[in-house]
Order: sequence, then C-alpha cells, then structure tokens
Amino acid sequence: METLVADGMSPARVPTEGMSLLVLRDLTKRFGGLTAVNAVSFAVEEGSVVGLIGPNGAGKTTVFNLITGHYRPDHGQILFDDRPLAGLRTHRIIARGIARTFQNIRLFQRLTAIENVLAGCHYRMRSGIVGGMLRLPAQRREEREALDRALQELEFVGLQSQAAVLAKNLAYGDQRRLEIARALATQPRLLILDEPAGGMNEQETEALIGLIAQIRARGVTILLIEHDMRLVMRACEKLVVLEYGGKIAEGTPDQIRRDPRVIEAYLGAGDDD
Amino acid sequence: MPASGISPISPIHSASPLVEEFLQQLTNGLAVGGIYALIALGYTMVYGVLKLINFAHGDLFTYGAYLGLTLLTSLALTDRLGFALGVLVLVLMVMGLVAVLGAILERAAYRPLRESPRLSAVVSALGASIFLQNTLMLIYGARFQVYPDDILPTATLNVLGLYVPLMRVLIVLASVGMMVALYLFIQKTRIGAAIRAAAIDQGAARLMGIDVNRVILLVFLLGPALGGVAGLMVGLYYGQVNFTMGWVYGMKAFTAAILGGIGNIPGAMVGGLLLGVIEALGAAYVSIAWKDAIAFVVLILILIVRPTGLLGERVADKI
Amino acid sequence: MNRLTLSVVALVVAVLPFAPLFLNTYQVDVLNSIGLYALLALSLNLILGEAGLFDMGHAAFYAMGAYTAAILNTHYQIPILWTLPLSGLAAGAFALLVARPVIHLRGDYLMIVTIGVGEIVRIALVNDVFGITGGANGIFGISRPKLFGWVIRRPEEFFYLIWGFVALTIFLFLRLKQSRFGRALNYLREDEVAAEGSGIDTDAYKLAAFGLGAAWAGMAGTLFAAKMTIISPESFSFWESVMLFMIVILGGAGSVLGVLLAAFLVIGLPELFRELAGARMLVFGLVMMVMMVVRPQGLWPAQTPRISLAALTGARKP
Repeated sequence: METLVADGMSPARVPTEGMSLLVLRDLTKRFGGLTAVNAVSFAVEEGSVVGLIGPNGAGKTTVFNLITGHYRPDHGQILFDDRPLAGLRTHRIIARGIARTFQNIRLFQRLTAIENVLAGCHYRMRSGIVGGMLRLPAQRREEREALDRALQELEFVGLQSQAAVLAKNLAYGDQRRLEIARALATQPRLLILDEPAGGMNEQETEALIGLIAQIRARGVTILLIEHDMRLVMRACEKLVVLEYGGKIAEGTPDQIRRDPRVIEAYLGAGDDD
Repeated sequence: MPASGISPISPIHSASPLVEEFLQQLTNGLAVGGIYALIALGYTMVYGVLKLINFAHGDLFTYGAYLGLTLLTSLALTDRLGFALGVLVLVLMVMGLVAVLGAILERAAYRPLRESPRLSAVVSALGASIFLQNTLMLIYGARFQVYPDDILPTATLNVLGLYVPLMRVLIVLASVGMMVALYLFIQKTRIGAAIRAAAIDQGAARLMGIDVNRVILLVFLLGPALGGVAGLMVGLYYGQVNFTMGWVYGMKAFTAAILGGIGNIPGAMVGGLLLGVIEALGAAYVSIAWKDAIAFVVLILILIVRPTGLLGERVADKI
Repeated sequence: MNRLTLSVVALVVAVLPFAPLFLNTYQVDVLNSIGLYALLALSLNLILGEAGLFDMGHAAFYAMGAYTAAILNTHYQIPILWTLPLSGLAAGAFALLVARPVIHLRGDYLMIVTIGVGEIVRIALVNDVFGITGGANGIFGISRPKLFGWVIRRPEEFFYLIWGFVALTIFLFLRLKQSRFGRALNYLREDEVAAEGSGIDTDAYKLAAFGLGAAWAGMAGTLFAAKMTIISPESFSFWESVMLFMIVILGGAGSVLGVLLAAFLVIGLPELFRELAGARMLVFGLVMMVMMVVRPQGLWPAQTPRISLAALTGARKP
C-alpha cells in the first residue's frame, strides 16, 4: 500500500463531501533553462469541474502532461485518489482512472469513429494474439460488449450516426467530441480536457457546455484548460490561474474575475465581455 | 601494405614494433575516419534541416568515386597538370558534378514529398538509392573498377619518425581542412546563419524572410559535394571501387553522424574520426572478420545509451 | 471491395490450387518463391504495415528461423517440419531480445537499428558464429520434409505445403486484424501518444508486433530451408530485407490482399521479363520513388471501414 499523504484524510478513504480526487503539490518542471511549471499546487475535488487558465505559454498543458505521465516532474507530487502517480507510465495512469484529450486533436485519423472509441475500451479487455486469431466464444463476447460500450459513448456525445466514418473526415467540432468519447470509454474518474472548445463556433461551444454538464452528471470529475472565458465562467466552479509557470490565483469564477493580479496578467488585454 | 615503406632505421620501428603497428593503425583509422566524417556531414546537414535520413547520400559518394575515375583516366589530368594540380582540378570537378546530382535528387525524390508522412520520404530515399546504384551498375558493370595505379603516388612521408603513406596524410589533411571550412562557413557567414535558423525552426526561419527552399537546395549541394570528394578519396586510397560500396560507407558515415550527435556539424567530424579509429583498431586487435559489424554495434550501443550522440542536445518532444 | 475485384479474387482462389496441373515445373517453382515471399511480407506487414514500425532487417528473423531449422535437422536429426514451431520461437525470442532496448526509438532510428541487426546477423553467419552456421558456405544436407509419411520432394508437392501455409496465415492474420490485438497495432501506427493516452501499453505492443512478425518469418525460414535443402548467408542479405519492405509498401501497408498482389508483381514479373533482369532493381527504385508521389497508400490499400454498419447495429441487439 502507498502511504496516504493527503491532508487530514482518513486511511479508509471514506468518500466524503469535497474529497480531493487529484492533488498537485509543489509541482515543478524545467526544460533546459526554462521553468515551464514552477511549484504549482492545487487540488481537484471529487465531482467538481475545475478550470486551469492563463495566457499562452503559462505552462497549462505541461501540467496536464505531468499528470498523465508524458513528462516526469523535476520536483513535487501528484496524488490521485491519495496514491502517488509519479513514475507511472501513461497507460498505467489511464488505468488508474484518468483520461485526457489533446490540445491539437490526436485521433487515429485513418480509423473509423467507432474504432477510435474502442481504443478507450482496450485496457479493460483481455484477449491477446491467440484469442484474436482463433476468435473463441469468450473473445467474441468480449468484443461484442466492447462494441456496445463504444457505441454508447458515441451516442453520448451525439456521434452515433458517424460511427463508420473515418476520423479524418469528421467535422472539426465532431473530432473534438470523438476525442471526448474515446476518453470516456476508458471509464475515467477524472477527465482532463485540453482546450475542448478550441476551434469551435458559438453553437458548438454551447453544446459542449451541455456535454460537460452531462459528463459531470455521470459522476466524472473534470479538469479543463480553456481560453473561451464564457465557457470557463459557466462550466467551472473553481479556477486555477497560471502565469509564467506559477500559480497566481485560485478561486471561484467570481473571485477570479475580480482578482487584480488575474485582470492584469490575463484578462487585462480587453477580453472583458 | 602500409608497412612496406618503413625503413629499418626508423627509430620508433626499432624501439618497438608494437607501438609502430599501433600508430600505423591509428593513422589509417584517422584517414578512413576523415572519409566517414566527410560523408557524415552530408547526412547531418540534411537531417538537421529536413529531419530526413538521405538514404541516397551514400550513393552520391559512390558517384564521386566513379566520376573521379572516369575523369582521371579520360582527361589524363595528372599527366597534363602534374599530380598536385591535376588532383586539385579533379577534386573541384567531382565536387561540382556530385553537387548537381545532389540538387537533382532533392528536386526529384524529396521536394514532392516535403509535406508527406515520414514513411513516404524514407521509401522515396531508399528508392532513389536503389535507382542510383543500379544506374551505375548498368553503365560500368558489376565488377570492381580499378583506379590506374601508375597515377597514384606510392611515396611515404616521414612524420616524426613514422613512415606513413603520402595518400593517407593527404586524406587526413584535406578532410579536416574541408570540415573546418564548412564549420566556419556555417558559423560565420550570413548564409550559414540561414542554414542554422532553418535547422532550428523552418517556420520561424521563413517568417524571418529566409528562403527555406534555397537553404535546402544549398544543403543538398554542399553535402553531396563533400560526399563526392570522399568517394574520390576512397578511390585514390584503396585503388578500387564498387557500385554497392556507397551503402556500407553510407551506413558507417550515418553511424558517425549519430555518434557525434545528428544535426551537429562538429559532432559529425568527431564521430567520423572516432569511428574510423575504433574500426581500424578493432579490425587490427579484435577480429578482421567482424570489421564491418563494428560500426553497427557502435551504432546500436550509442542509440541505447545516448541517442542524442556525444555532442547532441536533448530536445523535449512536443505533445 | 467492389464486385469486379471480388470476382477476380474468387477466380484466383479457385484456380490457384490447380496451378500445378497446368503449369510446368519451373513455373510452379516461381509460384513457390512467390508464396515464400508472400509469407515473409505478410509477417513484415504485421510490424511495418499494421504497427507502423520501420523494420528493414526482417531477413535477420528469416535467417534465424532457417538456421534454427537447419541446425536442428542436420545436427539432431529432428524432422524438418517438426522444427517449425521451434524456429518460430527462436526467431521471435531473438526479435524480442534485440528490440527490447531500442523499442522506444522513433521511426527512422528504429529502422537504422534493424538494418544494423540484419547486417550483424549476416556477418555472424558468415563468420561461422559458435561454429554451427557453416560460415559462408552455409549448411547443406537438410533432409526432405515428410508429411503423414509422404516425402515432399518435387516443386509441385512443395507448392501445396507453401501455399497451404500461406492460406492458413491469411486466415489467421485477417482475424487478428479485426481483434483487440490488431486494433492496438493500428492505434500505435496512427498515433503513439494518443494510443498510450488511451490506456494502451505501446511498448508492449511494439514488442509483440516484432515478436509475432519475426516468429512468422522464422517459420517461413523453415519452409525455405526445407525447400532448398541448403542455406547460406547470402540468402539473407540486406537486399532481401529491402525487397520485403518494398513488397509491403507497394502493396499497401496494412493490406493483406495488397501485400499478396505485390508479392506476385515484385517476385513474379521479373521472371516474365528475364532478358531485362539486370534493370530489375533500377525499375524497383524508380517505382518506389514514383509511387510515393502518385500513390503512397499502395496499389491495393487496406479496406475501410473494417467494422461494418451491420455489425454495429447487430451489437446493439441483446
């Protein structure tokens, strides 16, 4: 068993109201001489929607890449469900219950939508080389169940009619939603969205806000990076603001809107609608 | 044989035949290493700018060797101009012709695939290599071609008491000279700065007003020119050439480029010389039969232990 | 697949088993060669076509299988066909061993390593490594295969052995392609970061692709040793690897039918134009360059979508 380090948490991990699902402590990452993330700490409560915002180059995506194990932190801790994630490879972290989407959509372009979503089902399945070649009854049942689950997720994001369409042929907004479906297929407890509204029009963004609410209703905790302030203000109950790799503010959307440092750093440039 | 020119009164020789043998192998390694380094420069420059392994580069090297042979015999350059001037003119002609071949290769095989997936460019490079090789084979035949031995100097040079074949000394000096010249060109001139900028970030270089297509063309002129000279050197050093030799030399030179740190010009020099010495000493003291495997073992080890090479820097992958 | 191609495929499948009845011995021998290359290319297709890993040293795994079979047969008198699984295991294990430390390398670096491994294996064979490979002369006196008491000797008999194995391979590989394993390889090829980020152990699958592809090449090596009764290092040169690479790329990476078609073209066509044999490689080189510009997906690309809509609706029913 890993040591339990979270603040005042009982070892039995009784799910209490406002329990922290993800805790970042003093997280630091350097690339050569550049400190991309500098001693960042914050927590994401179970069942909440948290937004990570800040100007371009503030280190937001790096924080995501640290959580999902694409990078190793130089310093600091990441606790998921009270257990440290440090040193785990990405697929192990996914298996722990974290799923993500990417800033520059990373779908399997030449595969169909349904095949993309099936990728998310992968790690819960068993069959290997021999099972695949012989197609035994157990393998066929598993395959059917996975297909069923993948279809459900496609339906959930509203792409059921596009199941057999190649990912590269989908509209931009649909590609973003397909990425979400693939992430949801891993049945995560925490979903990390990197600029989910990037490149979306107003209508699509509106639909996305609804989708985020629906995902939350399924009991999935959400951490997202987004530049679209209307989405952030409406969808998130807590915001964490980064600038030059460091955290400059944390609080409810209302608090953040009024925070002078944030206004200066981020909203000041006339983004005040 | 390298040892043939050694006089019995050589002080080192009389002192210790083992030291003598070692030094002979070392100088031989440096000469071969210089040749590897010259070829490696072509790989490393192209990789630096295009992130592409130019598989056909080794074959341009072979073209240098064959063109050198044909020009040498058909124009009788050394008869008319004397050895020194004749070889100098020959070197310049080979450089020019192979550089043009390099530019044609870039136009025909790589430019149409600039925006394609990596695999396409790799396959095209390989296709170009096969095509170039077999064109030579159809023109000259599959047999070894022999450089006329009455043209080649057989003199040896007394370097601090060690008698070294003249050709070996010339190769080391010429290759180091050309490498330094290239390095200064890249570091000190405006055009060199443009090449460096394009290697770091093509998009940004374009925004800064650099004509990236011309940079790429230039890289495909410079690299093959040096590779062509290396081919000529092999012909003059060993006296015989074969249409498939480009692939073995190419692989070794590529190993040298990786060893030094790909994309890094001083790295290619260091890697080439080092690999030449390792190979010469390995062949002499470990096993001659495994000589050609040494470079591959070095290659695999360096990729496992330090894929960025000796002088390369680590770059984070963008996700 | 449209109706025309379907009927052409059906025709080939229907006629091929009777080929030895109307072709002469030489022609059957060419078909056998095509069959062996098809097997090897199908095995490489798992690595290169399905998983997108640039393996240009596939001849090394082929050699491992052929030499394992030859050594077991000539030294220990094990019947050659019995060595089939052992050759597969030997080649597969060898692939895992050499791929393990370099599996994280990116595309063309991995390719360079596989070229290196291929050359090291060939040089090792020439140098009679461990005193068991017979050096440059190779191993001779491999006994004829026996199947149910029937000694396979003539090309017409080998035809059924080789093409039977090809048919089995196609059957198994097509199924594998549509399984969890096959999909995982495709995810790897399309986007490694996204695959890992969807919970797929990419390193494990890369190794599995190498292991399985190499094992199959090893078994093809056994058939080769049985057919030739003599093997030597020159059959496993770098150009052999290049040829296989070319077959997969020309046919269409990831396409079983494309790879088969390309095996027929690359191995069979030069036999039809024997007077131009010298220019064969020249033409191949040119074709590779032109193809990458004109038709990079190959002559007969993989069919999509592979999960039909019927299957999709079927899945929803209890």
